[in-house]
Parts: sequence; structure tokens; C-alpha cells
Amino acid sequence: MGTNIYKINPEFRDIMPKEIIDLEENATWAENTDKRGIKELPETKELLEEHSLCAGCPEAAALRYVLAALPKPEDTVIVNSTGCTSLMFPHIALHTVHSLFGNQNAVATGIKRVLDWRFPDIEKDVVVLAGDGATVDIGLDYTLQSFFRQENITTICFDNEVYANTGGQESGSTPKGQVFKMAPTGKKFEKVKMWELAVTSGCHYSMNMTASAPKAVAKAVREAIFVARYVGPTFLNIYTPCILEIGLSANEGLREMKEQDKERFAAFKYVSPEAEELLAKLKEEGRL
Amino acid sequence: MANQGPAYYSPYPTAVYEGVITPPEGKALLLTEVVDEEIAMREIAKVMLTSKNATIFPGPQVLYGYNEESKKKAKLIKEMSEVLNANMIPMYDYRPKYPKIDAEVEINPNHPNLTIWHNNIKAAIFIGVHCHYANVALKIVRAETDCYTIAICGLSGHEDAMATLRDMHSHELEKFIKIAKEVKSELKL
Repeated sequence: MGTNIYKINPEFRDIMPKEIIDLEENATWAENTDKRGIKELPETKELLEEHSLCAGCPEAAALRYVLAALPKPEDTVIVNSTGCTSLMFPHIALHTVHSLFGNQNAVATGIKRVLDWRFPDIEKDVVVLAGDGATVDIGLDYTLQSFFRQENITTICFDNEVYANTGGQESGSTPKGQVFKMAPTGKKFEKVKMWELAVTSGCHYSMNMTASAPKAVAKAVREAIFVARYVGPTFLNIYTPCILEIGLSANEGLREMKEQDKERFAAFKYVSPEAEELLAKLKEEGRL
Repeated sequence: MANQGPAYYSPYPTAVYEGVITPPEGKALLLTEVVDEEIAMREIAKVMLTSKNATIFPGPQVLYGYNEESKKKAKLIKEMSEVLNANMIPMYDYRPKYPKIDAEVEINPNHPNLTIWHNNIKAAIFIGVHCHYANVALKIVRAETDCYTIAICGLSGHEDAMATLRDMHSHELEKFIKIAKEVKSELKL
């Protein structure tokens, strides 16, 4: 399929809105693979322009960085789960699948296997993008099982440390002692270090970070997708605070992320020897 | 307007609850009646040619040139719009619109009735719209407007449209255009 699915038939060009013509002409697709990235965001047609999240939501910014960094957006399927992110996915000009709450890695497994069987000559990427409730709590089993099975998928967790859009319940990712509206007595046990579990469970690339530095997020996304494509499962845990649930205003999300860069989300990066070899090779070829 | 459905769940009595199902192969559906394809084609052409603001709503399967068949269909639909003196409003994707849809220039399966109301469309052809979205849109239009809806479908048709042609590929579209031209000259339009 490739970019042909965005090529407008000339007979209909005059009735198509500018937004869609821009998508065909000015979005960055795989032919610009070595150029796609954060610095293009102000100039090119974005794959997500309008969304329905709260003003100043760091998650919305993080998703834009992720989309800008996909190596082959037209050959990428994003699987998401219930959560704030699922409010944005219907607005993205890419193939997305909304799974049930928690089973996103099982759905992604099926999609990836079928794509490999159906399109053996085309590299198709499957990226799971879900919140910490879906990844670390309800879907922990599915997530880890996909790592055990060495599925070639990238899992990105937008960790806001709370079930945000259901009113503020604690999740496995919530830090100990944290009080939320629906967790009034405070979390009783420590935050689950999912990035470490990912390594133990067989991920070849695992990172813990915040979305405070766009370039760092984009780099991690590209590397994780390439490793997943050629080696095995990869995992990114990205802090995207829910400014409403922790009582911040719209312009305070970035500051919160920068502060957490040194604390709960201090940089953690694991790259397996096979993945390291691959990344070095890709760098040499100019693909990274 | 909306009535309580037989299942006391949907506010709209969808066609299938009233015993209307898609036509068998080689046939077409006109309201509740299964008829020969040619009879339906003549009726569709007549309705389109005589209704106020007749409009064709092409969907993604014909708007984008992803294979030879879609390119061929695009040319035929353009010709069809000229023969039927019909406007065209695209349904180019199915994303919900935010902050709000511009119902004057586009149609969306989540609120197709807005477009039909604003443009005061009395007859509409859905073509190239993926079946599950056509089903949603046609049900809403059927329940909320007095528009005569026509589904030109590449698969098995849509019972919620007032007229349904099934298995319509480029060869069948050529046949429809030929019939539409005949009807047009009979009506002296």
C-alpha cells in the first residue's frame, strides 16, 4: 500500500479540503526516512494536528514527538488501549487499532504476525502505545508475555502514574504514598519499575525517561522501532504527567517533567548486545 | 423523526428490524422490494435527476488512487456526477472532527445528518465508503432526514439505504451511466 493510500485521484482534487491535500503533499513519509524528526514539526503537515486532550497536556506533546519519529509511518500500525491516549488516536492520519483495556500487546502480536505473513517483502512496524494502567496494571500479563515470546513489537508506555481519565485511581506505576482523588489513603507499595521488568522479561531495548527533551524521545522511538523490527521486543517508559490530577496548571507540565528527569524518571537505558550491534550498523548506514 | 426501536435500545427503527435485508446477488433493493438491477438503476437515475441538490458522497475507496480499479472508478464517478447534474461532497476519512465539522464542505459518518440538513440535500449516493461506516451513516441519515439515500456498493449492499445496488465495479458503473443518460434524455433534462 505505502503512500498510495494518500494519493488523491485527480478527479476529486477540487472537492478535497486543503487539510487532506496537505497530508498528501507535505506530510513526511518514508521517502524522507533519514530526515524525519522533531525539527520538521513546525514546517511539515503533522499526522496529529488537532486533538481533544486538556490544554498543556504533556501526553499530547509526547505523542507528536513519537509520530514525528516513526521511521515508516505509512507502514506502521499503532495499537492503543483505553486511556487518555485513546482520545487522540481517532484524530491521527495513520492506521490505529483500539484494543480492549489491557490486551494491547496480545492484539499487536496478532497484527504483527499477520502483517509479516501477508506482506513478507515490506517492513511493517507495530507499535503499542498505552498508559501505565493498561501496561503495568490491567495488561501486565499480556505485556510481559509478549516480551517472553520475543514478539517484534515496540511497546511505549505513557506513564502518568495514575488512572487519569477515570478520575484518579492509583496504578502499579503510582509512587508509594501518593494520594489521588480515588486513592485517598495513599499508595501502599512502591512504584513498579516496568523498565527493569522489561529487561528481565527479554526486551532488547528498554528506557525510562520523561518527555521533557523532544529530541531524546524521538531518538529513543526510532532506535526502539528498528530494534523491534530486526531483533526483538523493545520497551519505552515515558513520563507524561497528568497536570490535572497532580494539581498543576497548563504551563507547568514541562517543569514537572524536567524535575522528574533527576528523580523517579532518571535516565535508564538498556541495550542488548544484539541490539547494540544493529544500532551501530544502522548508524553506519546513515539510517539513525 | 426518531421513534423508539423494536429493541427498545436504538432510538431508530433500523431497516433490518423491519425485516429489510440486503438483496441477493444480481438483484437490487428499492425501499423494501427486491428488484432487477436495471429497474433500480433507472429509478436511482430518475430520483437523482429530479431531486433538489442531489449529491454524490465518494468515500476513501474511490477518492484515493491506491489501485487501478479505484482510479478507473474515480473517472466514472466524475462522469456520473456530470450526467446526473449532481454535486460531490467527499467523505475522505472517518476521523471524528475536532473542534467541529464543517458540514458545508465535508461529510463524516459520525454526523452525516448535519451535512444533509445544511445543504438541504434530497437525494444522495454513497459510493466507495467502507461498509461499516456506510452502515452507521445511512442509519443516521435514514432516521433523521428525509433524504433519499442510495448505496452503490462493491460488496453486498446496504439495507438502510432507500435504494441499493450491490457488486458494483467499474463495468457495472459504466452500465449505470449508460442508463442514466437514457433516463436523462427521456426526462428531457
